[in-house]
Amino acid sequence: MSFEELKQLIQESFSEAIVAEDELATPKALLVSKDSLHEVCDFLYTNDKTYFDSLSCMTAIDNGVEKSTVEIAYNLYSIPFDIHLMIKVELDRDNPSVVSVSDIWRTADWHEREAFDLVGIHFNNHPDLRRILLPDDWEGHPLRRDYVEQERYHDVKVKY
Amino acid sequence: MSKEQQEILGLKTGEGGIIISKLDDLLNWARLSSLWPVGFGLACCAIEFMSTASSAYDLDRFGVIPRNSPRQADVMIVSGTVTFKMADRVIRLYEQMADPKYVISMGSCANCGGPYWEHGYHVLKGVDRVIPVDVYVPGCPPRPEALIGGFLKLQEKIRTESVLAPKALEKLMKKDVV
Repeated sequence: MSFEELKQLIQESFSEAIVAEDELATPKALLVSKDSLHEVCDFLYTNDKTYFDSLSCMTAIDNGVEKSTVEIAYNLYSIPFDIHLMIKVELDRDNPSVVSVSDIWRTADWHEREAFDLVGIHFNNHPDLRRILLPDDWEGHPLRRDYVEQERYHDVKVKY
Repeated sequence: MSKEQQEILGLKTGEGGIIISKLDDLLNWARLSSLWPVGFGLACCAIEFMSTASSAYDLDRFGVIPRNSPRQADVMIVSGTVTFKMADRVIRLYEQMADPKYVISMGSCANCGGPYWEHGYHVLKGVDRVIPVDVYVPGCPPRPEALIGGFLKLQEKIRTESVLAPKALEKLMKKDVV
């Protein structure tokens, strides 16, 4: 199934879902509205024409203070049909929150914890949303562009 | 064989039954000949540590046998990047070790933060900021020969130790008393 066919398939069921597309991305990306993310993902997972059974990767990106957005890229792969697709969602930078897809792909559980840990995105309905890499009592989210290290951690100086 | 000859032979083979040595020398010899490190690794340095213990470099020949409990260990090899999260665990392991205990800091990361010096917000800039270090082994990562060199340096250090000499008092006496 080609990118165009995929796009059409989604548009047939969710007319408002696709906000933009990026054909230069690898794999080609569809920007999906925040509210329809979960139903689009569930559709792509369960539909027997697509059957995206694997969430290969999930990354959060901070677009900076000027743009004031953060985005999440979901890299999907369908093992039986050998097709790739990237789903993107853009969120408000100040208080980013989006619904969790960990009930569709179990892989998303830890990926979402990482996005929460490093970029500070809140995932609703996540079963266990806490930091995965940094210690629980760490301050701030290091992959934010305006991140400043804390002065001390457990009485040890952080920045030299 | 004359009686005199038999006596000399007895001394040479240790059948005389008595060896005279200084207590310090005996203790130091025992300690430096069985340096048991606590077996844990933090990063790529741990791979070099493992190959040092392999048959090609044979760390066993120095009496170095990795132990799986800090309670049985004499020396801790901090082999790799110490993150702030790990630093708490390293301190805990160190505190569980029985005295006398030694620390070898292996590789640039454990020595001073290494490549994480500037942008590693999560990395402790040298393990000596949380626990006392006896020997620093430079390298990124150090080759097995360098780690063996570190152990030899530590052995040298232990050889000059004394449980009896009042070192602290001597140090105090050297200072000018006001």
